[in-house]
Amino acid sequence: MNEVVNELKAVVHKLLSEGAVDVVIGYEDATIPQKTRPAFFRDAEALEKLAWNSHCSNNLAVYLPRMFRKPLHARDWTPPRVAVVAKGCDGRSVVGLLKEKQIPRENLVIIGMPCQGMMDGDELHRACMECTHPFPEVVDIPVSGSARDKAEKRREQLVAFEAKSPEERWRYFTDEISKCIRCYACRQACPNCYCESCFADQTKPRWLGRGNDISDIIAYHIGRIFHQAGRCVECDACVQACPMGIDLRVFTQKLPALVEQLYGYIPGISEEDPPSLCTFNEADSQEFITEPPK
Amino acid sequence: MTNEPDIKQGDWEPKIVAFLCNWCSYAGADLAGVSRFQYPPNVRVIRVPCSGRINPLYIVNALQNGVDGVLVSGCHPGDCHYISGNLVARRKFAIFSDFITYLGIEPQRVQFSWVSASEGAQFASLITKVVNDVKQLGPSSRLVKTGAVNA
Repeated sequence: MNEVVNELKAVVHKLLSEGAVDVVIGYEDATIPQKTRPAFFRDAEALEKLAWNSHCSNNLAVYLPRMFRKPLHARDWTPPRVAVVAKGCDGRSVVGLLKEKQIPRENLVIIGMPCQGMMDGDELHRACMECTHPFPEVVDIPVSGSARDKAEKRREQLVAFEAKSPEERWRYFTDEISKCIRCYACRQACPNCYCESCFADQTKPRWLGRGNDISDIIAYHIGRIFHQAGRCVECDACVQACPMGIDLRVFTQKLPALVEQLYGYIPGISEEDPPSLCTFNEADSQEFITEPPK
Repeated sequence: MTNEPDIKQGDWEPKIVAFLCNWCSYAGADLAGVSRFQYPPNVRVIRVPCSGRINPLYIVNALQNGVDGVLVSGCHPGDCHYISGNLVARRKFAIFSDFITYLGIEPQRVQFSWVSASEGAQFASLITKVVNDVKQLGPSSRLVKTGAVNA
C-alpha cells in the first residue's frame, strides 16, 4: 500500500508543481481511526496529509459539477483545472458526468487508482463485494498496483428480493423507507444528483408534500432512485451517506440491473455511447405494453 | 374530483387517470366518442403533448392523491408526431413499470399502451380492460396519502 501512496503523492506533486492543475481532489485521514475524508490539495509542498488506504470510500466525483459551475455574477471566471483521485466507481461517475456535459474534459485529469475494495469498519462494503470495475475505465494517469478481482457473484440480494411476494416487497420497502428523516444526504452524496433545483425542493410545481407523510417520503425515494436509471454506477455513496442505515442498495441496484438486461448498457464504461435513457432503438422491448383486446 | 359523492364500499367504482398524447391517443378517444363506442365512465383524461412529456412523477403523484389506476397512452412506435418522443418514453416507462413492480406496486395499476387516432374501437376496449383490471385489484392502498380523496 505504501508504494501506491508514494506513487500517488509523486503524481499529485508533479501535477501541482508544474501547474498542470489548480486543485487535486483526494483523501486525507479523518480525526477518527479507520476513516478518511475528502480533501482538496492546492499546494504541491503540502501533501503529507494525502492518504490512500482501504477506507477511502467516498465518491469524489460528487465535487466536480459544482467546481465547474460558473458563480453567479462572476465576470472574469475561467473554469479551474482539476485532478481527481479516482477508484473504479469514482471514475465511472466521472465518465457519466462527462457524457452529461457537466464537466469539461480538457480541464480534468483522472488519476486512476487500483482499488482493493473499501472497508466499512472491519467489513468490506457490499458495493465493493459486487464490484465489476475496480479500476476506472477512462484514465489519464494510471497509478500502478494490483486492483481487486472482478466480482463473480452479483445481485444476489436483488434476486432474493424479487422472489418475495409483492405484499412482502412493499412491506419491506415501506419499513425501510419509514426510517427516512428526509435529510437528503443520499441525494447530496450522489455524483449524479447535480441538479441546481431538485424536484424534492421545488415549490412550483410542488412535487412532494413537506410533512412526514410516508407517501411523500416514498415518492421522494422513487423519484430519486428512478432518476438514476441508466446512470447509477452502484457505488453506494447514497447507502454510506444514510444516517438512518436504510438498506437502499436492494432498491437502487434494480435500475442498473434493468438497464443492463433490457438495453445491454453499463454506465460509466465508455465516453462515446449515449446514456441509455437518452436514446432508443426501434426494436426495444415493449413487453410491458397493454394491448387493447380485440 | 372533490365534488363527487363518497362512494360506499359496496358499489365502489375505480377512478382512473389517463394521460393521452394529443396527436394519437387523445384523437383516438375523440373518435371513440364520435363513433359512440361504449366504455366505462371511470376514466379522467389528461391531454399531454406527447407520451414523452409524461414525467413518471405524474404517475406517482396521481397514485398519491388517491387514483386507483393510471393509463399512459401515446402514438404507436414510429408514428410519433415528434418523430421519437414515444420511443424515448418507451425506454423510460419500461424501466419505470418494472421498477414499481419490483417495489411491490401491482403492475395492473399503472398501464401503458399505444392507441392511434384511427383506433376508436381499440380505445374503448382498452379502457374497458383497464377498468376491469383495476376493479379486480380493488381500491388503491399503496402510496396513497392520508386525507386523499377515496383513501
